[in-house]
Amino acid sequence: MALLEVEDISVTFARRGQRAVHAVDGVSFSVDAGEVVGLVGESGCGKSVTSLAIMGLLPKQPGLRVGGKAVFDGTDLLQLDDRSRRDIRGRDIAMIFQDPLSSLNPVIPIGLQVTEVLTRHRGMKGDVAAKEAAALLDRVGIPDPKRRLKEYPHQLSGGMRQRALIAMAVACQPRLLIADEPTTALDVTIQAQILELLKDLVRDSGTALVMITHDLGVVAGMCETINVLYGGRVVETARRRPLFREPRHPYTVGLLGSVPRLDAGRGERLNPIPGSVRDLLPWQEGCAFAPRCTRRVDACVGEPPELVLAHDGRSYRCVNPAPLPGLARAADAPVPAKSEPAATADGTGQAAEAGTDVPAAGKPASGPVPAPREEEKP
Amino acid sequence: MFRFIVRRLLQLIPTLFGLSILLFIWLRRLPGGPETAILGERGTPEMRAAIRHNLGLDEPVLVQYGRFVRRMIRLDLGTSISTKREVTTEFLQRFPGTVELTITAMVIAIGIGIPLGYLAARRRGRLLDHMSVGGSLIGICIPVFFLAYILKAIFSENLGWFPSSGRQDPTLGATRITNFFVLDGLMTREWDAAADALWHLILPGIALASIPLAIIVRITRASVLEVLNEDFVRTAEAKGLTENVVRRRHVLRNSLLPVVTSIGLLTGGLLSGAVLTETVFAFSGIGAFVAEAISQRDYPVLMGFIMIIAVVYVLVNLIVDLSYSLIDPRVRVR
Amino acid sequence: MTIISRKKKEKIDRLAELAARDDERGVSLWQEAFRRLRRNPAAIVGAVVLGLFVIVSVVGPFLVPYAPEAQLWKGEIRVGFIPGVRAENWFGLDHIGRDQFSRMVVGARQTLLVGVVATMIGLAVGSLIGGIAGAAAGLGGRWGRAVDNVLMRFIDMLLAMPSLLLAISIAAILGASLTTVMIAVGTVSVPVFARLLRGAMIAQSNSDYVLAATSLGVRKPKIALAHVVPNSLAPVIVQATLTLATAIIEAAALSFLGLGNNDASIPEWGMMLADAQRYIDIAPRLAILPALGIIITALGFTLLGEAMREALDPKLRK
Repeated sequence: MALLEVEDISVTFARRGQRAVHAVDGVSFSVDAGEVVGLVGESGCGKSVTSLAIMGLLPKQPGLRVGGKAVFDGTDLLQLDDRSRRDIRGRDIAMIFQDPLSSLNPVIPIGLQVTEVLTRHRGMKGDVAAKEAAALLDRVGIPDPKRRLKEYPHQLSGGMRQRALIAMAVACQPRLLIADEPTTALDVTIQAQILELLKDLVRDSGTALVMITHDLGVVAGMCETINVLYGGRVVETARRRPLFREPRHPYTVGLLGSVPRLDAGRGERLNPIPGSVRDLLPWQEGCAFAPRCTRRVDACVGEPPELVLAHDGRSYRCVNPAPLPGLARAADAPVPAKSEPAATADGTGQAAEAGTDVPAAGKPASGPVPAPREEEKP
Repeated sequence: MFRFIVRRLLQLIPTLFGLSILLFIWLRRLPGGPETAILGERGTPEMRAAIRHNLGLDEPVLVQYGRFVRRMIRLDLGTSISTKREVTTEFLQRFPGTVELTITAMVIAIGIGIPLGYLAARRRGRLLDHMSVGGSLIGICIPVFFLAYILKAIFSENLGWFPSSGRQDPTLGATRITNFFVLDGLMTREWDAAADALWHLILPGIALASIPLAIIVRITRASVLEVLNEDFVRTAEAKGLTENVVRRRHVLRNSLLPVVTSIGLLTGGLLSGAVLTETVFAFSGIGAFVAEAISQRDYPVLMGFIMIIAVVYVLVNLIVDLSYSLIDPRVRVR
Repeated sequence: MTIISRKKKEKIDRLAELAARDDERGVSLWQEAFRRLRRNPAAIVGAVVLGLFVIVSVVGPFLVPYAPEAQLWKGEIRVGFIPGVRAENWFGLDHIGRDQFSRMVVGARQTLLVGVVATMIGLAVGSLIGGIAGAAAGLGGRWGRAVDNVLMRFIDMLLAMPSLLLAISIAAILGASLTTVMIAVGTVSVPVFARLLRGAMIAQSNSDYVLAATSLGVRKPKIALAHVVPNSLAPVIVQATLTLATAIIEAAALSFLGLGNNDASIPEWGMMLADAQRYIDIAPRLAILPALGIIITALGFTLLGEAMREALDPKLRK
C-alpha cells in the first residue's frame, strides 16, 4: 500500500460576490514509502496549494473549502482534528519551503528553531537537544554547527539557511518530506548542492520525498515518478524515463519543448506553449488546456477528458494525446523525442533502453540538465 | 552596550546646547514680558523697568544667555518669576506626579492595547475585531480633555468611585521622600497613602491613555495580521509546534517590533500631552504648571520644561533603541 | 539616528512610496480607487457625514432662527439653572442666554474653517518644502542633495517636537485668536506633509518612466512638474483628509487651554466646549453637543481618509 494516497483533492476559495476559484480541482496521486515523486507545473497550477492542503497549512479564511482525501499510512489527514494534525506535522510529515530567508523566524536563533522541533516531538530538552541539533546541522553540511546554533538567520548565507530548514525538517526522521520549490530562490551552484543533499538524505533514511517544482531539470535529476499538473488537475503521471522520452499529454510535450537545450540543432527554435496559465477553461466544460493546445480537437470541449490508463501504470488525461515516437507523427506537433534531456541521469540501467529509438538521446557528454529557470513564462 | 549608552548620553550635550540657544531666542520674542503678567495693563513705565532690571532682562541678550548656561551646568534653572521659587525645586516637586501619571497611562494603554489588538487580529472580521477597530477610531477622535471631563463627571462626581482632583488626600498627612507619592507610600509602609495616591491616578490615567491605547490597538492588530501571513509562521506550523508556542514565540514576538517603536513615540508625546488632563483633574503635575507658565511668560520655567522634555525624549529614544536591539537581533547597538 | 525618529520617518516615506509606486498605472489608478471607495461602507459613512457637515456650515448660517451672539433670553439664566430644550430653542440656551442651536450651526462653519485653513497652511508650506526637497534630491545632482539635506534637517527638528507643545509655543508667541490656532495647528502638520511629498517624489524620480523621459531629452523642471509631482499627490491627499480630523481636535485643545478664539461673538465648537466645562453639572448638553459635533466630524474625516488610503494601497489590491 502506498504511504500517501491523495484522492481527488480539491481546494476552492469562495469570495462573496465573486465566482469561486478552484485552485485545486481533483488532484490524485500516490507516494510509496521511500519514493521520490515530482509535482510539476507552471505557477498557478495548484501544486503548492495541494501540498499545503495535505499539510493542513492553508491560511484559514472564510470561503475556503477543501475536499477529497489524503490518506497517510491509513489515516485521512483531511479528517483529523487540529491537535492530531499537529502531532503528525514535523514528526511524520515534514515540509521545506521556497524562500529560506522568510521561512526562518528572524528574531530567534537557529538553535532554538531546531530544538523546538526536538522538544515538541522527541521530548528532548536542554543539552541533549542542543547536542542533537548540532548533530543535525552537521548532517546537513553546515560547518561549525555549535557556533551556528547561536546565530540568527540573517547571519547565514542563502544556502546555509536552506540547509538549516532541511535540518529542522529531517529532525524527527519523517517518513514523508514535502519540498515546495526548495531551490527556486537560490543561486544555481547552491541549487545543485541542496538537491544533492536532499537526494542523499532521502536515500539514507528511506524518507519518501514529494518534490514540487516548475523546474524540469530538478525533476529529471531526482524524481522517480512525475505528476504533471495543469489548471488544478493532474494531466499526466508517468515514471521519469517514459515521461521524458514519450510524453503523451500535449501540455507535457509543450513543457519539454520550452526547455532550451545545448544539443539542439543550429537554427532550431524553442517551442513555447502559447498563451498563459490564465487562459483556463473550467474542467467541467472540457479540457482546461484546450485554449492553448496545438492538438485541440472538437472532443476537447464539452466534457472533461477521462483519465486514460496506459501500459506500465502511466496515465494521462487527454482525448488526442501526442503519438508515441516511432509511430505516426503529427507534423505540426512538437517532436517530443527532441526534448529528452535526462539521457545521463543517475545510471540505473535504463540508459540502454533509452537509446533505441531516440535520435538525440544517449549522448554521453551532455551532462546534467541545464536548469531552465523561466520556462513558465513563454 | 555600555559604550553605546555612554555615547548616546554624550550626544545629548550638543543637542541640549543647540536647543537652549533656539529656545532662548524664541521665548524672548513672546509679546508682553513678565512685567505685563505681573503688573497687568496698569503700571508705570518706571515700575516696568524696575521689574525688568530686577529680573536681569535689561541686560544684553548675550549676557543673559551666558548666565543661563552657567547656571544650567550647575543644574540651576533659575527662579520662577511667578512663584518666586527655584525652578529646580518646583520641578522636583511636580515632575514626579506627571511621571506617575504617564506611567499609569502607558500601563493601561499597553496592558489593554496589545492583548486587544492581538485578539482582534486573531478574530479578524468578527464582533470583537469590529468593536476594537471602531473603538480605537473613536478613541482617536475624542478630544482628551472632553473625555477627562466625562470620566470625572460620571465616575467621581456622580458615582463617587474615584476622587475628582489632586494627587492624594491631604488629610492622610503622608510622608514625602521622592515626591513619587505611590513610591513614597510603599517606602514608608504607609499602605493607605500609597493606595490613595494610586486611586487618584486611575481616572486621569484612563483619560490620558485614550489616544495611545487606540493607536497601540491599531498598530498591534495590523502588525499581527502581517506576521500571521509570514512564511516563518507557516514553517512553525509545519513543524507541528503547539498553537501556544507558535503564538507566543513566533507570532507575538515578531508583532511587537513596530509596537515598541510606537510606544516610544507615544511616551514622548504623553509627557507634554499631560497638560490637558492635569488641568481637568487639578493634578499638580508639570503640565498644569507649564500651562500657567505660558500665560505668565515665566521664561525660566518654560526653558527648563522644554529642556527636560528634550532630555526625556532622548532617554525614551535610548530605551526604545536598547529594547529594540533585545527583541530584534538584526538591529545591533553599536 | 535613533530608531524612533527613523521609524517615524520610514513610516511616512513608505506610505509615500507605496502610493507612488501605484501611480505608474496612471489615470486608471484614480478610477479604480474611486470604484473601491464606493464599495467600502466606511467610506460612504464618512462621505455622508462630511457632506452633511459641509452643507450645514455653508447653508446653515443663513437659515438659523436667531443671531448666534444675541443674548435674547439673558433674564432666564439663574445661578444653577439654564433653560434646556424647548419649542423656541431646539438645543436650549447657553450660559448667557444665547440660542444653542444657532450657535452650533454657525459654529460648524467656524470649525470647518479652522480645520480647512489649518490643513491648507500645513499642506501649502509642507508641500512647498517637500516639493523643493523632493525635486532637488530626485533630479538635482550634488547641489540638489545639499538643498534636500538642509530642508530635511529642519523638518526633522519640527518632527521631533511634541506637537501640542509646538502648537502651545506658537500660540503663546502670537497671542490668543482664531488665526493663531490655525497657524499653530497648521505648523504642526508641516513636517508630515513635507516628508510625505518628498518621499513620493523621490520614489517617482527613481522610476523607469522618469528615466525614459530623461533619455528622450525632456528637461528636468518639466519632468518634475509634468510627471513627478502629479504622480506623487495621492498620499498627500490622503494625509490631508486625515489631518483635517486632527486639526479640528487640536484646535479644540488649544481653545480649551485659552489660546484659541477670544472673540465671543464668533461661536466655534472648541471654544463652546471649553466654555461649557464650568456648567457641565447643570447643563451637560452644552458640552456634549459641541463635543459630539467635533467627534462625529473628526470620525467622518478619519473614516474617509483611512478608506482612501486602503483604496490606494497596492498591497490590498489584487
